[in-house]
Amino acid sequence: MSVSIDFGGDSLAGWIQHKSGISVQRCYQCGKCSAGCPASSDMDFAPSVLLRLLQLQNAESDQKVLSSYSIWLCLTCHTCSARCPMEVDLPKVMDVLRAESLRHKLVNKRAKDIVAFHKSFIDTIRNFGRLWEVGLVADYKLRTRHFWQDVVVAPVMLKKGKLSLIPLFHKKFVSRIFSGLRNREERA
Amino acid sequence: MKIGLYPGCSLEGSSREYAESLRAIAPHLGLELEEIEGWNCCGASSAHQLDHTLSLALPARILAQAEKQKFPELLVPCAACYNRLASTKKDLANDASTRDKVTDLINMPYTGVTSVQNILEVLNLVLTPDVQKKIPAAFPHKVVCYYGCLLVRPASVVHAEKMEDPMQMDDLMKRIGATPLDWGMKTECCGASLSITRTDIVGKLCGNILEDATMRGAEAIIVACPMCHSNLDMRRKEIERVTGKKFSIPIVYITQAIGMALGLDAKSLGLHRHFVEVSVHGKNKVQQNVSSPSMAAVS
Ligand code: SF4
Ligand code: SF4
Ligand code: SF4
Ligand code: SF4
Repeated sequence: MSVSIDFGGDSLAGWIQHKSGISVQRCYQCGKCSAGCPASSDMDFAPSVLLRLLQLQNAESDQKVLSSYSIWLCLTCHTCSARCPMEVDLPKVMDVLRAESLRHKLVNKRAKDIVAFHKSFIDTIRNFGRLWEVGLVADYKLRTRHFWQDVVVAPVMLKKGKLSLIPLFHKKFVSRIFSGLRNREERA
Repeated sequence: MKIGLYPGCSLEGSSREYAESLRAIAPHLGLELEEIEGWNCCGASSAHQLDHTLSLALPARILAQAEKQKFPELLVPCAACYNRLASTKKDLANDASTRDKVTDLINMPYTGVTSVQNILEVLNLVLTPDVQKKIPAAFPHKVVCYYGCLLVRPASVVHAEKMEDPMQMDDLMKRIGATPLDWGMKTECCGASLSITRTDIVGKLCGNILEDATMRGAEAIIVACPMCHSNLDMRRKEIERVTGKKFSIPIVYITQAIGMALGLDAKSLGLHRHFVEVSVHGKNKVQQNVSSPSMAAVS
């Protein structure tokens, strides 16, 4: 656990402040966020614990945060921030943490499926312009090899007219956005 | 009242009954819906989780298209799309450099004139006393209203009056003769974005919601979000497996409830598409029973 990650010469807390304007030092550890968080019982670190780790500002705790499962389980439901007495915008902190976790290739092993799902979702939009559920699930299954998942609901959905087997192509509406983003990455 | 409509992907796919029921009730409420042309997906939580710029560019293109069609107001019935569009609008208004970056990506002019409205705001305007006269107590049922997260949070994006105990949907239910009950799960999250990857968590969270609703004696849970609906309805088997309990309470879109109050037929409201059956008998009696034949066929 001694790999040091570079945040432009700053701690991860400093980087968060720089990226989002949020100071994690405002948190006084009352625990209200963790108490109301729908995902906290399945997280490896509850939301208030993540903030405590960030407050320590050392390389080891920063690494723990970025390789945590919690940041991928967060549902962005905003229950925590709505109730926080110090108005800490935790969902926005989570946004920065996920981006850094991806950038430094520290994604938690258990979160691989969740990341794969989001990637499949974005791929579907890139290819079809809109969400096509059959395509999304197929893409996700290929990525994760979870072929058995969701076979229960699919036939009923089909029967009830909730699934289209053939996609409509609206790719042209988003192609500029995706090619623009790609050009930007190449320039960077 | 004429208004722009951004249906979003769910309303064309797995939640098409939400769109069907909205279109069915619209003429009765004097609502003229004009669909936005050439729309794309808003990116939902996936773009938000992985790519910040993309998560702004996709909704921005939709908003720019609405401007191009000169819609002063845009109705966004999907709560998830609504939240993405409204928060993009806020981000673009507050930060000029982001706005420049995004308008450059979408290559369309954007000024931010179109007002983004959710279904509760619009229904509140059009379900007037005049319309109400046509439906005196036509939906005499005990219901609980489920708002979920995206119609009430965050406060910087959504203008809900009481964040922990919103009343807009409850108020609309009263106007069609229903009795909205007090309950504890109004704004609890159902776990939607983990629906496919951690179905067990969704099962647990939805189980709490179904359990409280049932315990309060509600005949139906009223929703205004396609993701809440599919979690509570389509995932029912999963919820029952995780919790080890049986639940028979049906999940009804607010537009379907209004449609039933107006006396529209079940088919035009898409009631036949639900997993958990909502059968309408005689004077709009909501009957609760799980649609066991089709569920049994696949389990
Ligand atoms: S609610 Fe706010 S102050 Fe309390 S622990 Fe959570 S983030 Fe810190
Ligand atoms: S936004 Fe994330 S951390 Fe906050 S309560 Fe919801 S799931 Fe928990
Ligand atoms: S939130 Fe869902 S329905 Fe709405 S546009 Fe995005 S993917 Fe489509
Ligand atoms: S309640 Fe469910 S669908 Fe609604 S916003 Fe929360 S997670 Fe999303």
